Amino acid sequence: MGSAYLDNAATTPLSAAAADAMQAVIDARLGNPSGAHRLARRAQEVLDEAREVVADALGGPAGGVVFTGGGTEADNLAVRGVLGASGGLAVCPAAEHHAVLHPVQQANGRVVGLTTDGRVDLDRLAEALDPDVRVVSVMAVNNENGMIQPLEPIRELIDERAPAAVLHTDAVQGAPWLDLVAHTTPADLVSISAHKFGGPAGVGALLVRGDVELAPQLVGGGQERGRRAGTHNVAGIAGMAAALAATVGARRETGQRVGRLRDRLADALLAEVDDCVETGVRAAKVAGNCHLCFSGIESEALLFLLEQQEVYASAAASCSSGAQEPSHVLAAMGYPRQLAGGSLRLSLGPTTTEADVERAVAVIPPAVARLRERDPLQAP
Amino acid sequence: MSPPVMVAMSGGVDSSVAAALLVEQGHQVVGVTLKLWGGTSDSGCCSVSDVDDARRVAQQLGIEHHVFNFGEHFDRHVVEPYVDAHAAGRTPNPCIECNRHVKFERLVTRARALGFDLVATGHHAAIVPDETVASADGEPVRRIGRGVDRAKDQSYVLHMLGQDQLRGLMLPIGHLTKEEVRAHARRLGLRTAAKPDSQDVCFITATGGRQVFLRDRMALTPGRVIDGDGRAVGRVDAVELVTIGQRKGLRAAGGGAPRYVTDIDLGTATVTVGPRSDLFVERTAITDLGWSHLPSSGPFVVQVSAHGPTASAVLEDDHLRWHEPHQRVAPGQSMVLYHDDQVMGGAVAA
Repeated sequence: MGSAYLDNAATTPLSAAAADAMQAVIDARLGNPSGAHRLARRAQEVLDEAREVVADALGGPAGGVVFTGGGTEADNLAVRGVLGASGGLAVCPAAEHHAVLHPVQQANGRVVGLTTDGRVDLDRLAEALDPDVRVVSVMAVNNENGMIQPLEPIRELIDERAPAAVLHTDAVQGAPWLDLVAHTTPADLVSISAHKFGGPAGVGALLVRGDVELAPQLVGGGQERGRRAGTHNVAGIAGMAAALAATVGARRETGQRVGRLRDRLADALLAEVDDCVETGVRAAKVAGNCHLCFSGIESEALLFLLEQQEVYASAAASCSSGAQEPSHVLAAMGYPRQLAGGSLRLSLGPTTTEADVERAVAVIPPAVARLRERDPLQAP
Repeated sequence: MSPPVMVAMSGGVDSSVAAALLVEQGHQVVGVTLKLWGGTSDSGCCSVSDVDDARRVAQQLGIEHHVFNFGEHFDRHVVEPYVDAHAAGRTPNPCIECNRHVKFERLVTRARALGFDLVATGHHAAIVPDETVASADGEPVRRIGRGVDRAKDQSYVLHMLGQDQLRGLMLPIGHLTKEEVRAHARRLGLRTAAKPDSQDVCFITATGGRQVFLRDRMALTPGRVIDGDGRAVGRVDAVELVTIGQRKGLRAAGGGAPRYVTDIDLGTATVTVGPRSDLFVERTAITDLGWSHLPSSGPFVVQVSAHGPTASAVLEDDHLRWHEPHQRVAPGQSMVLYHDDQVMGGAVAA
């Protein structure tokens, strides 16, 4: 049995489609797409085609696609770009990715709570909305618990209470699994990140629907219609577009297959390990997410044991030193330390196999049992 | 194959070389860095750049490196007691408490749970068999011995280790001088070869000192300084930060012979100073007496600070009787009991 990579929500292996597209760009020795000669125009052509692929996959005009250096930059541009252009307040739920949460907090925005099953608490969101609000950011899928957040009710609340506000959705974790055209229709701004769906890291996009004004966060050569300066990463963007097209084409089949693997994984672990809780609601999660809390142990010790057995997974976010930090998502869901301390995110992807799942099912229960006996969570 | 060893790597040169020597000796080694302190600090073992150093050394040695977040444990067992001790007018040694509760309790527990019965650190000390004592289970009795480099010897801060901990502990650099450690690091091209030693408590900044750290966490009381006749001779900003034997920082009127703190009364915020001769006592009361194996009898060589001088004493009931009058020991300070150069046990000055 080989190793089991179950950390696809952190990053996915580069897909063959992306690698081929990137290699083709590299081999072609293209120019700078902002240039004036033929080789520049060929690079521009790659960008134009990629822009259309992304626009089609997200459901918006090609002119609304802003290529960025990843999901974090797209999220920052959405929140800070709107506030920079129109002032006012930002609002987001407490379980947003830090790429949204930190810009909102730094701008003295309003952060609202979640329900215990990991959805946005619409009553609390409603309380936070008023005509001063200019941007509301709600992720399509949470990166830890995998919960899908419907955006229609949020749009309705915004239209009712904060008519000047735009809705941004961080769809970074949704892109591998959801029909983003359908799911993100209520949003004005949509972020994606290539390496979550088989593209290269360091490339992403923000889709701008309608005439939302954004203050650029990078200024210089005026690329991306003045919304994001800097020479384009042409190969990376081509890789993102190829990966996205491949993802969209296989999405239904992938979702069904991976969903079955995830169900087997989650059901087996829930059956074999006592005091194990699955976060959220399975039916409302993306197919690749298996997020469990094992009462009474510490995630970092569990990850160590899993790594020794070549099972690669995650818990919550890591800080800059590499140490595990408590999950702000589980805290927002009201999970007690006893449970949240032992969280484990097993995230499956298109390359996940039955053997990966069986390996995890074989390795995790004895590891949890060992830690409960020999290295239990230290009560604060 | 030799059993796997988990090496605590602070990012300093000593633990870097400890890991390197174990690798050279053919051990299967995993490095771990403990994240203990999330606050501001510019020294010690807690900063991101120290983790970077440990990680890069591990990469160079071809071993895996992990970070364990023991921050909550450190707060509870080291930082909070440190603050409490000051509030009670004692002089705590947080490095001893960190070794006791974090490195040799929490980490050892974690290591064993993860399949590592051996833990190594870069302390300047030795583990020596004590052949004068028979053990019950056939395992030799082990003692902490002094490091070869007497100026760097850290046996004092490891004195609390018992047989269970000593059995699984390796101290790969205790037989080396600091210069030899650095020479090994240079020979191996380790980036920590010329890194300065950490000197201070890791959660206290060099710029702010104890006072800045503590004033956010407890009330500091300004106090008056009097002499043996009750005359006011100076003032202190924080009576909780004054230590028995202290000479500096009393803002005492100049002139005359040097005066030392001989008594601290937190209740009335009064510090008494006197000549050095007032500091000397026949005996020192102790608490929390512990032994590395079975209780031993004196006379002991006693050391009352990490790198301080030693003196001879015998144990009598709840105190140590000094062979010759000894400077008073600040309450809260650890007093380590040696036979020759081996740690027999330790206690805390009452």
